[in-house]
Amino acid sequence: MSIEIQDVHKAFGSLEVVKGVTMTVEKGEVVSIIGGSGSGKSTLLMCINGLEPINSGRILVDGTDVHGRGTDLNKLRRKIGIVFQQWNAFPHLTVLENVMLAPRKVLGKSKAEAEAIAVEKLARVGLSEKIKVYPSKLSGGQQQRMAIARALAMSPDYMLFDEVTSALDPQLVGEVLDTMRLLSSEGMTMIVVTHEIAFAREVSNRVAFFHKGRIHEIGPPAQVIGNPREPETIDFLKSVL
Amino acid sequence: MFSSLFETSFSANDLMFMLKGAGVTLMLTFWAVLGGTLLGVVFGVIRAISPWWVNAPLGAVLDVFRSIPLLIQLVVANSFKTIVGIHWSPFTVGCVVLALYMSAYCTEIVRSGFLAVPTTTRRAARSLGLSWRQDLTEIVFPIALRVALPSWIGLTLGVMKDTAMVWWIGVVELLRSSQVIVTRIQEPLFVLSIAGLIYFLMSFPIARLGARLEKRWREND
Amino acid sequence: MNYTFHWLPAFRALPEMLWGALVTLEIAVLSMVLGVLFAVLLAVGASSQYRIFRAAAVSWVELARNTPALFQIYMAYFGLGSLGIHLDSFVALLAGITFNNAGYLAETFRGGLRAVPQTQVRAARSLGMGQIQAFRLVVMPQMFRIVFYPLTNQMVWAILMTSLGVIVGLNNDLTGVTQEYNVRSFRTFEYFALAAVIYYLLAKFVTVSARLMAWRLFRY
Repeated sequence: MSIEIQDVHKAFGSLEVVKGVTMTVEKGEVVSIIGGSGSGKSTLLMCINGLEPINSGRILVDGTDVHGRGTDLNKLRRKIGIVFQQWNAFPHLTVLENVMLAPRKVLGKSKAEAEAIAVEKLARVGLSEKIKVYPSKLSGGQQQRMAIARALAMSPDYMLFDEVTSALDPQLVGEVLDTMRLLSSEGMTMIVVTHEIAFAREVSNRVAFFHKGRIHEIGPPAQVIGNPREPETIDFLKSVL
Repeated sequence: MFSSLFETSFSANDLMFMLKGAGVTLMLTFWAVLGGTLLGVVFGVIRAISPWWVNAPLGAVLDVFRSIPLLIQLVVANSFKTIVGIHWSPFTVGCVVLALYMSAYCTEIVRSGFLAVPTTTRRAARSLGLSWRQDLTEIVFPIALRVALPSWIGLTLGVMKDTAMVWWIGVVELLRSSQVIVTRIQEPLFVLSIAGLIYFLMSFPIARLGARLEKRWREND
Repeated sequence: MNYTFHWLPAFRALPEMLWGALVTLEIAVLSMVLGVLFAVLLAVGASSQYRIFRAAAVSWVELARNTPALFQIYMAYFGLGSLGIHLDSFVALLAGITFNNAGYLAETFRGGLRAVPQTQVRAARSLGMGQIQAFRLVVMPQMFRIVFYPLTNQMVWAILMTSLGVIVGLNNDLTGVTQEYNVRSFRTFEYFALAAVIYYLLAKFVTVSARLMAWRLFRY
């Protein structure tokens, strides 16, 4: 059980943003991806659940080729949850309905079942009091936690986080990171693209440093963040710490 | 059935007659748009800056013009003119009714353009030392114009098309003139197509221009 | 001014005029339902990969928006006759207004579709929804809210446009009934002023009920 990324290349038009990335994320692992903006890390996440096509290479999720011809992406995406930088709440649904929608319509659960799941997941992200309100009444941090609950309601095996705190006001970052800490302590497999270096160091089993579409350094946080070898990594860490 | 397209009794004189009708359509449009815009700017600014007890009644009265068919407005105005003994030609009645009708829509366009200028922007202008007057001419009007102009162009074209109803009170404009020819030569599809083409040629280029302006201004925001 | 107003005959005509108002409303509602259907087809056609569909959709929209509604009704009534299609005045009016509605609504729908951010589709797809599911459950409800106000505007327009039926000989809608009485008595002002009031109330009825509906539907 793992996500295997094998020599993936991805270009938008003539602009190549991912230039041959290879890495494996084992079940139960938390891997953080750090790096400057435009280094291709977010794009790689989109490729993992097939929201973006790739130009060459392969991505295997539990042995299934994501970009293979016969792959049922809708089915595959059920086991890969993703949370975006812009939380993308569905504005026309209440918080509860936001979380219930996919379990009902994609997994075909009954209303009662879906509601039970949604209530439980919302409790886990600390939004029990907000289930009846519309997303527009929530703060950014609350909306982001709702988006996490929405992804968790599909009982995914993997969770992808795409710079989930970078659009938030500084005082709201903590509550979202706490939720992610909780998930990692429960053994969820996570790939976290983030600018929060301290957080990456704390929760990750491994940290990957992305630079210009390639992985420059990957290893335990104590090594990559605590004692970086590559000059690019050192420069980057200097600029953010 | 297409033979009529090739063996038509439609003559050059008929075309001239229709172009004259189109001229009447344009004249009607011109006066209606002129009057409607002047009134609309005055009412629009009043609505934007006046207290509710001026704003609400004015809004309600103008709303009447937008809630009654133009055809009915024309007939009512035309018969009222006879009752009170004003000797206006149907053309004048048409211009006046269309101008009032346009002013009702134009008011809303001007008002929303005016209100689209944020107070903070105006405060910034005043803080730089611009006078009240300079604030209006240098800041408010240019911004309001950008918001309002595309809608105003659309409204003008709408009024141009609505002039077609004026023949009901006896003005021979483009649609009526084609109707006259249809009655004589009995080739409705052909004659009406020409009328449609003329309308289209009067409207389409300006509509395109409006759409382009709107797009360009939106991109610069 | 030596004119005496005679309101009594006009009020005697009121019941029949109200029946006419019902016909007016009927035509307006039908033209909206049909207009919405055609508008959806036009909006889809305008983004089709086949040139012929694109051309047809674009011509429809541009013709509807750049010629008078009265011209469109004329075409349906007189023009189609040259092709051997003879519509009675009710159908011709309905066809003309439907053509007009569809042209304007197609643009409204296209704008509404563009106004729903692509990221919403992305979020829906990431939860395992298919393309159609994402559109139906996530995009369409949001789009509906955006087009709701223009839709009610168009409905008021449709009511106002029905008055043009009298020009192609319709005699049982509100304007038609009014005109019948007018021809018999020449009390033009009284009859048409009363008709104007009824039209005003119809238009208000539509806007007020739309506002109530919006208040119930869009709680977010």
